Parts: sequence; structure tokens; C-alpha cells
Amino acid sequence: MSQGVRAKLRIERSDFSLDVDLNLPGRGVTALFGHSGSGKTTCLRAMAGLERAPGGYFAVGDEVWQDEARGLFLPPHQRALGVVFQEASLFPHLSVRGNMEFGQKRGATVAFGASLPEMANMLGIGHLLDRSPNQLSGGERQRVAIARALLAAPKILLMDEPLAALDLKRKQEILPYLERLHRDLAIPVVYVSHAPDEVARLADHLVLLDEGRVVASGALNDVLSRIDLPAAFADDAGVVIEATVAAHEADGLTRLEFPGGSIYVTRCQEPVGSWLRCRIHARDVSLALVPQVQTSILNCVSAIVVDLAPTDTPGHVLVRLDVAGEPLLARITQRSANKLDIRPGLALRAQIKAVALLA
Amino acid sequence: MDSTDLAAVWLTLKLATVVTLLLLVVGTPIAWWLARTRSVFKGVVGAVVALPLVLPPTVIGFYLLVVMGPNGPVGQLTQSLGLGLLPFTFPGLVIASVFYSLPFVVQPIQNAFEAIGERPLEVAATLRASPWDAFWSVAVPLAKPGFLSGAILGFAHTVGEFGIVLMIGGNIPEKTRVVSVQIYDHVEALEYTQAHWLAGGMVLFSFVVLLALYTSNPARRKTT
Repeated sequence: MSQGVRAKLRIERSDFSLDVDLNLPGRGVTALFGHSGSGKTTCLRAMAGLERAPGGYFAVGDEVWQDEARGLFLPPHQRALGVVFQEASLFPHLSVRGNMEFGQKRGATVAFGASLPEMANMLGIGHLLDRSPNQLSGGERQRVAIARALLAAPKILLMDEPLAALDLKRKQEILPYLERLHRDLAIPVVYVSHAPDEVARLADHLVLLDEGRVVASGALNDVLSRIDLPAAFADDAGVVIEATVAAHEADGLTRLEFPGGSIYVTRCQEPVGSWLRCRIHARDVSLALVPQVQTSILNCVSAIVVDLAPTDTPGHVLVRLDVAGEPLLARITQRSANKLDIRPGLALRAQIKAVALLA
Repeated sequence: MDSTDLAAVWLTLKLATVVTLLLLVVGTPIAWWLARTRSVFKGVVGAVVALPLVLPPTVIGFYLLVVMGPNGPVGQLTQSLGLGLLPFTFPGLVIASVFYSLPFVVQPIQNAFEAIGERPLEVAATLRASPWDAFWSVAVPLAKPGFLSGAILGFAHTVGEFGIVLMIGGNIPEKTRVVSVQIYDHVEALEYTQAHWLAGGMVLFSFVVLLALYTSNPARRKTT
């Protein structure tokens, strides 16, 4: 697969080691997710060539940037990549336009998709071009940093927790732009994050890192719905469902359609027909053997038990369900699992107590 | 002020200008290396650069005299190249002053380079700037306040030197007789009025320079 990203990187330090072997898709957003100290930033820096991984291999599509077996290591400035750091790190001696032109002048040997004004409009910074970086808000600075990275015509975009330094309001301001990039960009994006909501919202592919090792790597829901992951990742267990807005109903609810059925959520702003992601936590899903009528829980879907496994909390189990091909997780007590005789293949009803809209 | 006074002023300004320009050329790579190296020699080089801060100028002057003299290695080199000897010439004075004022230029520039940190240079690299390119397009502009301080201090310090001039330059009108030596001559000859003109001028000059340094140098900007 010459279109994908191949990374075999190993870094040994006295207090930390990184050892990853990844095949990532050549399009879409791959989230490197892990707790602090899990090695996700080091991994990203090694991809950029900012840290040298001895004996490593790194290639994006047909371009091999590091193959130590052949003695090849391209320094960062010879790699067609874009990096967005946690702090925007704009050059204070240049205007917004000067910052954006910095990489464009040096990078684009072939005309890239978007011109500077187009890129500025896409990221909503067209009116800021003549300002100095220290006149911008945190969210604006980060958008300039993204535009600057993209104008250098990268073959891969590496983002190191680009939202972590921003407050909630600034995050909300910048997320729609990231979603837009997610839809429009034809290059792979590696997105380092420790925020489950960002990952659920943006990622297509998920790599879980723990202590410098890859715990899981795969399509977002395939990884999210795994029930055999270490305890560290089980607290936030849940899946992401992609749904379309079917109707805004008169009683203040919005009906969403997804392959497994309909779910009702508190009325959202998105127009009918639009597509959105929502997150369903395992702890918000309960199970019943027969359809419940005398219940206040609105959202019930038919499901089949795939598998179950104990969690880190004593007495609790995670149940993996199949809802018309879509995965769903439920977290219930061992006692309930025994009482209902939950076992693979059992058909039942999953009651969803809460749905978090990621928009 | 008579013509010898004006000649001394002119010579002093010429010396300080040449020395400052040379120091920027010589001092910048040293400052860059000191700011970024992890070499074990960093301490040694840093200490050598700082020596003129603590040594009496006569000590530096004495050794330079020996090294550049007829039997010293530099002296033999300049003689074999047909350049003659450096002591008691303007070029000799320039070389001595470069050594003497080096820390005043290197240290502000080094501090400015250190304050930039790694990040802006990493960003430049990810935007395809080679290290040489990033040095000129990012490091130097960001270290501008340091260059300004270094140039001002180097210039002012060269204007104010005395001991090393006496050792290396002597007292040759229009060649090595700078203002500080001229003042000394006036005082020796009990020409207090002339001495006042030059000495007062030096006080005023130094004050203006330091005032410019302390008021114009903005708080060091951080990368945003």
C-alpha cells in the first residue's frame, strides 16, 4: 500500500522508550491517543524528523523520509510535512501574512490546491492578514498556524494537541475548521490528543498508545468497541455513531437515523439531512431481554451480544453488542449479566440513557 | 578643542566603528555556538570569552604585545607576510580592542539566542527552512534586541578603553592616540580646560548611550 503512512520508530531513553510499528491510512485523520507520558508527542516528533529514531523507517506514500537500514535520514526541512504544535508558535517578527508565506515560499515547488487568500478564507482568518501575531486570540493564532503549515504543500499534516492550550470557548471556535479540514484534505493527518471528545469528533483511525507501545490501532469504532483493552482506556469506553438528522420534532427533540435505528436527542441546530457524530458511553447503555414499555428511557435499539469481558472495576463487565452491523458497548454489573444470562449470540434490547452530540 | 583633540575624537570613533563591525562578525558565530552547544567545551570557551571582564587591560595588552611582537608567533607571521608588526599601529589597536570588547558583544547576543528557544527553529525547519536559512530568517530577527545591545555596548566599551591602548597602541597622533589617551596627556600637562572638554564629552556620550540602551530595548518578545 504505497498510499499509506508507514512508521517503524524506536527511541530508547533512560526514563522512557518508544517502540511503534504503524500502518496508517493515506487519507483521513489518525488520532494518536494516550495519557501524558504515553509517547504520542515523541512519536509525532520522530515522524517529523525532529527526533531521530535510530534504525527507524518512515514513509508517506511513495516518499521514504527515513530508512536507516539504507542510511537514509532526511532532516525535517527536507520532508514535505506540516506540523502544528500545541502553542501556535507563530513568528512574532512577521505579520500573519508573512507567517503564512514563510512555508509557502519555501515549500511549494508545485502549485498546491489552495492559494493564500483561499486558505485564509477557509480558516476564517482573511481579515487578519496584516495583523501582528500578538494581536490575535489563541484560537486565531492556532488557525494561522494550521494555514501556514498547509500552505507549505505538505504530504502529511502532523498536529500535536493543537487545542490543548485553548480554553473551551476557543476550542469550540476552532473545531468546525478542523472538521472542515477533515472533510476536504486529501492528505493524511496525524492528530495527537489526550481528549476523548476531540478524538471521537475528528478521528477516522485510532491508535492507542501506552508507555511508548501501541495498544491498539484500527478504524475508530473498531478500536473504541474493543472490550479487551487495558484498564487505562476502559473508563471512557464508548462508541461513536455517525447519524443523519432525520427530523426536528415539535416536542423539542431531534430524531437521528443511523443504520441501527433511530435515536432521539435534545433538539440540535443542524438542519435536517446533515450528518453528525455522536458518542454513546458504555456506562449510559443498559440491557433488557424484552422490550420495555413502562420506562422513561426513550432510546431503545435491538442488539445482539457479541462478547463480554470484565472491566477494571470489580463486579462490572463490558458487553459488546452488534446493532445492525454497528458496534455498541454496554457497561453493566456482573450480577445483572448473570441474572439475564448474557452470552454471545443473545438477542436483546439496548437502552440508551444518554447520547452526546459531537457538533 | 584643538586639532589634536579633534583628531583623537575622530580616531576613537573610527576605531570603535571598525571594532564593533568586526565584533558582530566574529561574536555572532561564537554567541550562536555558546547558546546552542551541548559540548563539554562550552564552559571553557565561555570563560575565555569572559576573561576581559575581570582581567586588567594591561594584562591583555601585555600578552598581545608579546604575541604580536617581533618574536611572538603572530608577529613572525605578519612579518613573513610582509605586513610588518602590529603593535603601535591602528590595525594592532583594532585587534586588541576586539579581544577586549568581545564579551560585551557575545553575551547579549548569546542571551538573545538562548531566549528564542528551540521551538521557532523547529517550526522553521518544518516549513522547509534549512538551518542556514532559519538562522537568518528567524534567529537573527528574533535576536535583534540582543544585537542592538551588543553593538551599543561593544562600541561604547571600545570608546572607553585606555590601558590596552597604552600597551598596544602607544600614543601616536592620528594613528593610535584616542580620546582617553589624549585626556591623560592633557592632565599630565595640566591642561585642565582641554581635559574637561574631552572628559565631559565622554561622560555625556556614555550617558546617552546607556540611556538609549535602557529605554529603547523593549522587553524581550516571546514567540506567540
